[in-house]
Amino acid sequence: MSKELYIYVTHKDGAPDDSASELIAAAGKIDPDASVTAIVAGSGDNVDTVCQTIVASGSTVFKIVNEALAYPNAEIIRKVLVNILPTDAIILISHDTFGMDLGPGLSIKLDAAFVSDVIDFEGAEGDNLKIIRQEFSGQVYTHVLCDISAGAVINIRPGAFKADENLTGKGKVIDKSGDASDLTSGRRFLEVVEAEAGEVDITAEDVLISVGRGIEDEDNMEIIFDLAKVMGGEVSCSRPIVDAKWLEKSRQVGTSGQTVKPKVYLALGISGSFQHLGGLKGAPFVVAVNKNANAPIFQAADVGVVADILDFIPELTEKISEIN
Amino acid sequence: MEILVCVKRVPDPAENEIELNSAGNDIEQDDLVYSVNEWDNYAVEEAIQIVDKIGGSVTVASVGDEDAEEVVRREMAMGADKGLLLSDDAFENSDGKGIATILKAAVEKGNYDVIFTGALADDGAAQIGGMLAAMLDWPYASLVNVIEADDSKTIKVGREIEGGNQEMNDIDLPCVLSIQTGINEPRYVGIRGIRKVASVEIPQLGASDLGIDPDTVGAKGAKVKRVDYFMPELGEGAEILEGSTDEIIAELVERLKAKGGIK
Ligand SMILES: Cc1cc2nc3c(=O)[nH]c(=O)nc-3n(C[C@H](O)[C@H](O)[C@H](O)COP(=O)(O)OP(=O)(O)OC[C@H]3O[C@@H](n4cnc5c(N)ncnc54)[C@H](O)[C@@H]3O)c2cc1C
Ligand SMILES: Nc1ncnc2c1ncn2[C@@H]1O[C@H](COP(=O)(O)O)[C@@H](O)[C@H]1O
Repeated sequence: MSKELYIYVTHKDGAPDDSASELIAAAGKIDPDASVTAIVAGSGDNVDTVCQTIVASGSTVFKIVNEALAYPNAEIIRKVLVNILPTDAIILISHDTFGMDLGPGLSIKLDAAFVSDVIDFEGAEGDNLKIIRQEFSGQVYTHVLCDISAGAVINIRPGAFKADENLTGKGKVIDKSGDASDLTSGRRFLEVVEAEAGEVDITAEDVLISVGRGIEDEDNMEIIFDLAKVMGGEVSCSRPIVDAKWLEKSRQVGTSGQTVKPKVYLALGISGSFQHLGGLKGAPFVVAVNKNANAPIFQAADVGVVADILDFIPELTEKISEIN
Repeated sequence: MEILVCVKRVPDPAENEIELNSAGNDIEQDDLVYSVNEWDNYAVEEAIQIVDKIGGSVTVASVGDEDAEEVVRREMAMGADKGLLLSDDAFENSDGKGIATILKAAVEKGNYDVIFTGALADDGAAQIGGMLAAMLDWPYASLVNVIEADDSKTIKVGREIEGGNQEMNDIDLPCVLSIQTGINEPRYVGIRGIRKVASVEIPQLGASDLGIDPDTVGAKGAKVKRVDYFMPELGEGAEILEGSTDEIIAELVERLKAKGGIK
């Protein structure tokens, strides 16, 4: 394997996103001997601050500074990357809302293979990279062979690769701003509208009783509120509950909802997708109740109960209220 | 506005527990219940609402075998005007780029202003919309959960980004949008709705109808190939409480008390 490896670094306020060091770790898993080039694009002085942080971990940095890059519009950044990446390159991108916007289209423009939401690499067979990913919200795993002979765009799941905190070295910054031509796009960024705050602030709660699609019907939501009441906690939920408008958005835990740090977290009828677990921080004591013994949530939980929540939760509530 | 919505037939996550077969290399196919990919229902609903407001028509297209016809029909029962089944032996085992190549050919046979895909399907790839847009050289926005469309040549879209924040964009038509759940409340489809479209003819188009070189799609054209399904050694995982319901509850209450879960 003698492909050049690149990572795309997203950043905010002069600091690279946590994903940058995870992408470096992922590149190391593809080829431990490869030198990794990080790509940092943006506008203003912040870009230099980001570049300095990255070179201090030993990577080479391609820097692209342009007014048009003040906001990371994936459509424009795709053009930048098509201009500066050599043919046959492998580029790693974080599989977040920016990476989902960028990766697939970039692969087409580079005429390279695309694999998304990658959780591990298992070496190569000739020009085929052996990749591990999941399907069906993590219920099953797959091996994927990806032909990298003409390069590849690979989106990496956030949190899947452990960053090496001890990386030091002295990379260099190469200014590629001149190579980035035609930075117009048919999609123009207007503004970011912040999510509205709700009645309850689940980010401040010690005890969260979280409900997922397993509750099946809006009428059943009552049993969750009853349990929360006797436990003295607050109700939170997974995304489908908000999509169905059974609870307000401010109660959603996950990457597109709230990041919570409770002491105790009950996951009731929640399968345990990475987008949901991405919002659960601070290593709480997690109890999962799910009728599927193989649900991925049991991998993230400390204690599990295999049961139908519609039967189990009312009984649990009754027992706790007896004690109270 | 002429809108094409791409829809996929998938095992219904609400109806199935996905497990490995006894050989341990594929998912257990017996008794799987299929339906329309969750995200695609939101996309079709959005298309119908836009057309109801400003006029035009909604076409749904699916790449798949004969069975995919049932999901096209279901979305027509929701209110889509036309359906297309893109089906050919040569399409089997296409990778994402292959599916996008087939859809692109179908797009070019029509006269569409906007293409919708779902943000994500059962394979968790979130790739088709972005690939299709790049192939067509149309602008793209993913994870769209607000659309403000009128008769002008641009529309305003909101992308749902981290933390539930919304990134607002102006986007030129024609464009491709991938639709995120929660954008609307997809309407319920009853038996009567299904009956109404039961005998509607759904055109089926193959590689030659679409002018596709069979070698560029299907297993032959695929650079990305799934080799197998498997379950890794997952380590300990949760301690599963066993016993009668009463015993389990008693044990759970103790654990919760110890961790401060019961105030
Ligand atoms: C860009 C993006 C962002 C996202 N952001 C988020 C986010 O912030 N938060 C989030 O939660 N999701 C998010 N998602 C969605 C995520 O991918 C999953 O679809 C979602 O988390 C699934 O929710 P769930 O576990 O409640 O439902 P499902 O995956 O459908 O799981 C339901 C579970 O309930 C169990 N069950 C069913 N009936 C019962 C019963 N009677 N008793 C006990 N158990 C039962 C089932 O076995 C299953 O495990 C996002 C997706 C995308 C694409
Ligand atoms: N076989 C298919 N036929 C039609 N549309 C598809 C097909 N596969 C995927 N799509 C579309 O692409 C979206 C995202 O799927 P994916 O990129 O596979 O996660 C889906 O929601 C559909 O809109």
